[in-house]
Amino acid sequence: MRIGIPRESRPGETLVAATAKTATQLAALGYDVVVEAGAGVAADQPDTAFAEAGVQVGSAEDVWGSDVVVKVNAPTDDEVARLRRGATVISLMAPARSPELVERLSAAGVTALAMDAVPRISRAQSMDVLSSMANVAGYRAVIEAAHEFGRLFTGQVTAAGKVPPARVFVVGAGVAGLAAIGAAGSLGAVVRAFDVRPEVAEQVESMGAEFVTVDMEQEVSSDGYAKEMTAEQEAATAAMYDEEARAADIVITTALIPGRPAPLLVTAETVAAMRPGSVVVDMAAANGGNVAATVTDQRVVTDNGVTVLGYTDLAGRLAAQTSQLYGTNVVNLLKLLTPEKDGRLTLDLDDVVQRGITVTRDGETLWPPPPVQVSAAPKAEVAVTAEQEKPKVELTARAKTFLVLGAIAVFGLVNALAPTEDLRRHFTVLMLSIVIGYYVIGKVAHALHTPLMSVTNAISGVVVVGALLQINSEDDTVLVLSTIAVLLASINIFGGFAVTRRMLGMFSKGA
Amino acid sequence: MDIVSATSATYIAASLLFVLSLAGLSKHESAKNGLTYGIVGMAVALLFTVIAVIDANRDSTAGTGSNLAVPLMLVAIAGGAAIGLWRARIVEMTGMPELIAALHSFVGLAAVLIGINGHIEGSHYPLASLNDIHEAEVAIGIFVGAVTFTGSIVANLKLSGRMKSDPLMLPGKNLINLGSLALFAVLTVVYVSGDGGRGHDVVLGALTVLALALGWHLVASIGGGDMPVVVSMLNSYSGWAAAASGFLLGNDLLIVTGALVGSSGAYLSYIMCKAMNRSFISVIAGGFGIAAPAEDRDYGEHREIQADEVADLLAHASSVVITPGYGMAVAQAQYPVAEMTKKLREKGVEVRFGIHPVAGRLPGHMNVLLAEAKVPYDIVLEMDEINDDFPDTDVVLVIGANDTVNPAALEEPGSPIAGMPVLEVWRAKEVIVFKRSMATGYAGVQNPLFFKENTQMLFGDAKDKVNEIVAALG
Repeated sequence: MRIGIPRESRPGETLVAATAKTATQLAALGYDVVVEAGAGVAADQPDTAFAEAGVQVGSAEDVWGSDVVVKVNAPTDDEVARLRRGATVISLMAPARSPELVERLSAAGVTALAMDAVPRISRAQSMDVLSSMANVAGYRAVIEAAHEFGRLFTGQVTAAGKVPPARVFVVGAGVAGLAAIGAAGSLGAVVRAFDVRPEVAEQVESMGAEFVTVDMEQEVSSDGYAKEMTAEQEAATAAMYDEEARAADIVITTALIPGRPAPLLVTAETVAAMRPGSVVVDMAAANGGNVAATVTDQRVVTDNGVTVLGYTDLAGRLAAQTSQLYGTNVVNLLKLLTPEKDGRLTLDLDDVVQRGITVTRDGETLWPPPPVQVSAAPKAEVAVTAEQEKPKVELTARAKTFLVLGAIAVFGLVNALAPTEDLRRHFTVLMLSIVIGYYVIGKVAHALHTPLMSVTNAISGVVVVGALLQINSEDDTVLVLSTIAVLLASINIFGGFAVTRRMLGMFSKGA
Repeated sequence: MDIVSATSATYIAASLLFVLSLAGLSKHESAKNGLTYGIVGMAVALLFTVIAVIDANRDSTAGTGSNLAVPLMLVAIAGGAAIGLWRARIVEMTGMPELIAALHSFVGLAAVLIGINGHIEGSHYPLASLNDIHEAEVAIGIFVGAVTFTGSIVANLKLSGRMKSDPLMLPGKNLINLGSLALFAVLTVVYVSGDGGRGHDVVLGALTVLALALGWHLVASIGGGDMPVVVSMLNSYSGWAAAASGFLLGNDLLIVTGALVGSSGAYLSYIMCKAMNRSFISVIAGGFGIAAPAEDRDYGEHREIQADEVADLLAHASSVVITPGYGMAVAQAQYPVAEMTKKLREKGVEVRFGIHPVAGRLPGHMNVLLAEAKVPYDIVLEMDEINDDFPDTDVVLVIGANDTVNPAALEEPGSPIAGMPVLEVWRAKEVIVFKRSMATGYAGVQNPLFFKENTQMLFGDAKDKVNEIVAALG
């Protein structure tokens, strides 16, 4: 099958869906790859680079006539019209927000796979373009802010006086937020961050920022994305945003809710109260923005001298890097779709990842996919497994009861049949000891398994007593055999205890 | 109070002390006390038995015992003590599994010898009509002892590498096992109903040989990777052997102790089987060494990394988890690992250890090795304690572990290790796997972990590589 990489038609787009490197990787999966002339120029991937890597550079017709078209932005109406019926198109699509695009793709009879619909499960991380792009964008947001900011990020004490460190406040600790925290931190700023999902506090702290808390009950996210909050939560959080933003030199907002406009978090009043020279980067600008003063794709300076950046192409500003990452995500997706590495794309809708990204298949609309639960949902998952296991546990519990009752009955019977009082006594002792042995080690610490085993081993050397009781025999054979038995059992006893002692001596707490 | 009643009293005391010993050994805080109880219990039981034997020997009216009995006994005990203490002192902690398996075989052999003595000596029951019971006790005692004996020898040979660890796959091995049990029952009946004489000895001899062969076959058909459970199971068997001897001799101390060891060992094995998601029954039956189906699948490319790059990665990480396996024991890498841990902790890196319940060849094997190298035990965590933390971990070092970190257990229902809980190391940001080569682990299953995007392989001897990292850390 042939994969076509077209030039992006969106004005000002710098990205390309494959670099020379990733195109070769696609070819290694058995595909013929053709790249439209000039497709990668803005991402430092000139046609010559592709040609040198052995990738065919062709015309737009070659590309759009391919079996598989891989691009970055969602295909425009014209582009959908150029696709062959039965072809596959892979790109960012935001299918949840563009029902008309889904309709058009369906009408065109194509298979459409949305790169931005990859479920957030561990196995699919290598194809998650949103993470790749958000990571780059978060970094770039800090660089843009630093560019606008009139002072240093690092605190310094110089001969010319003390320079305070810049104070950065990051809202939303998703991939973009964490990348921004990391970048700002490594430039030397003091970073504080907030997210409505309390479970990310640890990640924020691991990046070296301080997690700002609001004294409110917060919900643990069940799908890895943030949710909108209740009214009272909102009031308390709004007060916190106001306070933090006023105190900050740089505010970077990344708050998005899937399928909805971005929440307004920083009001016009708050921006008006910020110090002149402060910078706000609104990474949610494409979806309406988190900041009142944001103008999409524009740099705005407010009356009080605060710069508000509403760039939506932050990832595209690092075109070479983002294209490389996007291209690699595409390669990983195609690896999944080409299990035989024979250049034949096969779509397995039983696989949650493949099902999740499939918007249409041969004209059949398959959006939206069934929801996928990700690992960031400890509570929900526990409930599910508990439900599944319940009947099984009941069954074994009943079986266990019967088993125990049966065993006791057998024991009773054996005891009743035992011909001598002695034997009955021995059986009683045996049974009681078995029960004691079972309970006494019931909660053994895992680390102590080996010492416990070696001590029980030493104790079972008590057979020495048996051998000793036989040693007073007239019979020489018995004498010799019991002497050997005593020797063996003694090795066991002394060796077992000594080894246990050695092991226990090693367990120490603290360094 | 004569010697006999004093001895009986001592046996009760010893039994109680053994119970306390096992209870104590279940917790870190009381482990040392537990050991002391055990030693005291054994010492009094041994001492009073010896006194009783000497007393009986001297007693002219009883008229039993050769003059040699007492000196032989003392020499045997002293010799056993010397050998035991010597072995215990020189054994490497990595050789612990072999030693314990060998010690189990001694108990088994001793039980066999006691059984044979019982056969030669004849019944201790006053009535001749009860002779059959005595004979049944002899047969059972010898059987359990012999199975323990050869089973432990095979376990020892497999663990020390003197025997191939692959499971022995005889055709119809379950039939062999069941058939042996049936044959044992038949032989026992024949033996019990026999009336002494030459034929009687032959039957017992056949029974012994059968039990020895069964013990050998049981353990030989289990793969080396499952040895922790086997060793624990043999521990239990050795207890039952002692209990059987107790029945034979009408001695309650042996019964109590044997049952204690037997049931606690069985329970320990059960815990481990659960950890490996194995059926307990199939372990006892010795039939769970199922070979992995041959598979020819392309798992993709693995990536390599060098020791200095790993050191760099570690120095810049904020949290590191080390998951050791048997390979660490083989390479004797626990000391360099401990040193690396210390250095990283001094640099402010949070270092923890994640131990799989069946890592190594003994339950708790890794804990013992790490303890030997003075790694504080509060940073050594169990699988369940650490599994949820992997997503927030920067670097995971997999040192000589393979099957216990294999994602196939969770992701591939057809895998021979499917369903076994594993350390989910692949959820961490970076995984470094220390390995000699790309060979498979004990279960013979390929490990997709090695081909994951966030996995890098560090090939070579684990000890050398960790030493290089320690040097690079400065």
